[in-house]
Amino acid sequence: MTDSSALYHEIILDHNRRPRNFRVLPDATVEERGLNPLCGDELTLYLRMEDDHIVDASFQGSGCAISRASASMMTTLVKGKTRAEADAMVERFRGLATGRAEMDDDLPSSLRAFAGVARLPQRVKCAVLAWHTLHAALRNESGAAREREARQR
Amino acid sequence: MSALVPRSDFPLLSVNPALVYLDSAATAQKPRAVLDAMNEFYESDYANPHRGAYALSARATERYARARGAVARFFGVRDEECLIFTRGTTDSLNLIAGAWGRANLGRGDEVIVTGAEHHANFVPWQQIAIERGATFTICPLAADGRADVEALAALVSRKTRVIAFNHVSNVLGAINSVPEIASIARSVGALSVCDGAQGAPHMAVGFDALGVDFYAASAHKMLGPMGTGVLIGRREVLELLPPYQTGGDMIEFVGDERTTWNVLPHKLEAGTPNVAGAVGLAAACDYLTAIGIDAVASHERALVRLAYERVSAIEHVRVHGPAATERSGVLSFTVGDIHPHDLASLLDERQICIRAGHHCAQPLMRRLGVSATARASFYVYNDENDVETLGAAIESAKRVFALA
Repeated sequence: MTDSSALYHEIILDHNRRPRNFRVLPDATVEERGLNPLCGDELTLYLRMEDDHIVDASFQGSGCAISRASASMMTTLVKGKTRAEADAMVERFRGLATGRAEMDDDLPSSLRAFAGVARLPQRVKCAVLAWHTLHAALRNESGAAREREARQR
Repeated sequence: MSALVPRSDFPLLSVNPALVYLDSAATAQKPRAVLDAMNEFYESDYANPHRGAYALSARATERYARARGAVARFFGVRDEECLIFTRGTTDSLNLIAGAWGRANLGRGDEVIVTGAEHHANFVPWQQIAIERGATFTICPLAADGRADVEALAALVSRKTRVIAFNHVSNVLGAINSVPEIASIARSVGALSVCDGAQGAPHMAVGFDALGVDFYAASAHKMLGPMGTGVLIGRREVLELLPPYQTGGDMIEFVGDERTTWNVLPHKLEAGTPNVAGAVGLAAACDYLTAIGIDAVASHERALVRLAYERVSAIEHVRVHGPAATERSGVLSFTVGDIHPHDLASLLDERQICIRAGHHCAQPLMRRLGVSATARASFYVYNDENDVETLGAAIESAKRVFALA
């Protein structure tokens, strides 16, 4: 099997066809927009944070199967994670998708499907879009949280 | 139907016999004649032109001038000093939007572009309009993607100072009636600027009879090298144009306080020119002339008709733009809900090169109501087999996505 069809695993096709958490989150505490200016893929990521935990996550937007499946799996996997755990997952996923790191045991096995993207440099940005957006959301949210605390003091 | 020229004319295609190159609207492959001409210039006549204290520099100057002559003949420009060498269509359009716009546009003036422009003929005009406080108007499109000339005629007024439009849409292959739009511009005293990036490679331009004030094109889409292009203009407008860039070569006299400008074309070509690029473009023009530009046009149209029939017959495929008989060699399509990037990746594994995305034409994508399309484009080296390979690969991609 060649690189591209190897990438289109059943799990990716399934998440593309029936994306999980594909909705607006009415009680989101964070909303972050991600964009691939070159290909026009875009998504909005919604998180509901309680203290340090992501209690709910969802997304909306348009993009290719790789970016959609990636966002779908990511929103499923980060629910219940702490900010630090989610950030660590972002780092490991980036490593996997760019070929800098091998699949490691700390990463959920469903994400193994994205390992093939590292061999298709023009598609790496599709796979990491949701994860970049999550990273930005957590950074912005923690900034906003610090400001809220500062104001309360 | 076989290719119009032997594949062996193109070194890259010769060493990759299985490659199905269907992205010539992005950039065309290069015939050996172009590569040899550029190499020969570097090996035989290379020096900085216009500095002619020695014979070699005079030869380089001569090569540059001869290249301009050859390119001017190809574009149908008698007054070859009105052909400015640039870095490409984007550079040409920025030149005219920037230099002319800054000198001529003001509050209350209107700039018109069409909804089918490539970003290169959209953003420079949008930005100069913002800078000068002018109104930026987008001419609506007819159903086939051409500029709606009736709407345009109703839209223009004495406030309209410039109409910028494409000769051929890079997404749809729709061919605008250049003389008709130029005449609408003339009727209100507006400048007409035609983006010929997708026109010049595929059909005779005949600038002197075309009626537009300016015509821009890129060498790399017409078998020439990257980094070279042309802006052709009417002398009356070019003479009044302030410089676009300043520096070497474009000056007449540099005083401590003031500088005067060189004559055309040098006034608009600051710095050491890309002589090898011009030589390569001239060789590309000669190559196309030898085939016959009309033969190029009919070959592409025959191929695109075949492709239209083959691809649009596949269930779930939607072809965008004009009818098969009304288009240049470009076919934009979508396949069900398969994203064009996924389709392009799956085609790539069969060594088929197509473009996928918004094609640097986001305003047009919005008007088509899609976020992206897949685009196959045809040129002199493509043949009937390429069309069949494309069709079969689309069918196979549908199977991967379980689209029956």
